[in-house]
Amino acid sequence: MFLKEYFKTIFGTVKSLLTGMRRTGYYFTHGKEIITQEYPNEYPVLADRFRGEVVMIHDEKNEHRCTGCSACEISCPNGTIKIISKFETGPDGKKKKAIDKFVYHLELCTFCNLCIEACPTSAIKMDQAFEHSVFDRSRLTKVLNKPGSKIMEGVE
Amino acid sequence: MWSLSSITDIVQTWLGSTFNPTIALLLQFVMAGLLVITLFAVLGLVLVFMERKVSAYMQVRIGPNRVGPRGYLQTAADTLKLLMKEGLVPAGADKFLFNLAPYVVMISAMLLMAPIAFAKDFQMWDLNIGVLYVSSVSSIAVIGILMAGWSSNNKYSLLGAMRSGAQIVSYELSAGLSIISIVILVGSLKISDIIASQQDGWWIFKGHIPAIIAFVIFLIAVTAETNRAPFDLAEAESELTAGFHTEYSGMRFALFFLAEYANIFIVCAIGATLFLGGWMPFHIGNLQAFNHIMDYIPSSIWFFGKTFFLIFVIMWFRWTFPRLRIDQLLNLEWKYLLPISMFNVLLVTIMAIMKWHF
Repeated sequence: MFLKEYFKTIFGTVKSLLTGMRRTGYYFTHGKEIITQEYPNEYPVLADRFRGEVVMIHDEKNEHRCTGCSACEISCPNGTIKIISKFETGPDGKKKKAIDKFVYHLELCTFCNLCIEACPTSAIKMDQAFEHSVFDRSRLTKVLNKPGSKIMEGVE
Repeated sequence: MWSLSSITDIVQTWLGSTFNPTIALLLQFVMAGLLVITLFAVLGLVLVFMERKVSAYMQVRIGPNRVGPRGYLQTAADTLKLLMKEGLVPAGADKFLFNLAPYVVMISAMLLMAPIAFAKDFQMWDLNIGVLYVSSVSSIAVIGILMAGWSSNNKYSLLGAMRSGAQIVSYELSAGLSIISIVILVGSLKISDIIASQQDGWWIFKGHIPAIIAFVIFLIAVTAETNRAPFDLAEAESELTAGFHTEYSGMRFALFFLAEYANIFIVCAIGATLFLGGWMPFHIGNLQAFNHIMDYIPSSIWFFGKTFFLIFVIMWFRWTFPRLRIDQLLNLEWKYLLPISMFNVLLVTIMAIMKWHF
């Protein structure tokens, strides 16, 4: 009885070890399975939900959907976003709140995606650009709304 | 058959005719020493590169591919870096032992090169107790490891060294017993006799199942003896930073690293000699035509082919199996490998007495 258990252990071990060796042996002989992406030589294939930086969506008429509600600024856990707003007079003579500058501190951002989820008008999104290295830190502070852009018609 | 022995004969006759015998002998020593050092350097470069490439492919990566064409110069660049680095000695270390330890490990590896037959008639010292010499000198390395662990004045180093000691002392037994099973079949400890006995087939084929069991146990035991994964408790990175060579840096660390790979080469060479016929080409019994074709492949290629195959198998182990715990390690040796190999020696002895092997 003891001997039976003993040999069962040995054969079970050998079998499981051989299973493992077959797997690695398969990978060794099948070079096409390699998943490494040689990044500087070829641009990597990024996952759909890869988060590189926050950008503001602008359409071809240079209009964005940001109302300046600062929901993103409040939701940001580490003060990455600063919204500087101004008051514009609309065509109907009413004063209306609008953004002057959407300041985004990339150097503080942890890419947690909370600002995008907080935005009620889907004005901002995560972009996949990830090559953010710069020689001067001040270049990481970005203004996301393009110069001369204004809010899209009908977005409240 | 093309052979290296013609070159050695030319050198010997030239030395003998030019100098008096004593100086000729000394010059031969120097030449052999230089050849060993060169072989070590080349082995270090080749095996480290091979290990990194094998590990990369087994883990679905590419591995080193930047330095030189396809990354071939990677290890040369690493060696250059290690040469440039400062060799630091910790303040609380036992300086004499600390500096001595890498050389003990290295020299024991170098001494093991002496009885290995690299090709037909190409062997430094064909002493009549060749296999015994190998198994005894290889255990000197553990003294170097214990020295390194003790003198570093570091708890990780000491733990690694003690584990290494426990491990090598245990696994020496089953490695020795599996070597003995071939020695029983051959009836000689001399390396050249062992190779000559495999003229009509390698022992792994001639010795039936007991030889295969001995071969597997030998492979497991030497993997443990060279402190490689899955038995790399002595330097378990995730537990002991780097084990016995935690405090070493620069060229002293490189010597430990080199000795590890040199030891792998040596144990694989011994395994190839005992079980796979050393430099002996693949012969099947008395099939003269087939044997004759196999003889055309130079003996050195046979030797290095077999040795590198075994090295590849040991690397395959390393990149497949998880590390054992110390109690599992000793369990494996004392409860499984040792009883099996003792029983195996008994089987081999019966086989040798009854002449059941081919």
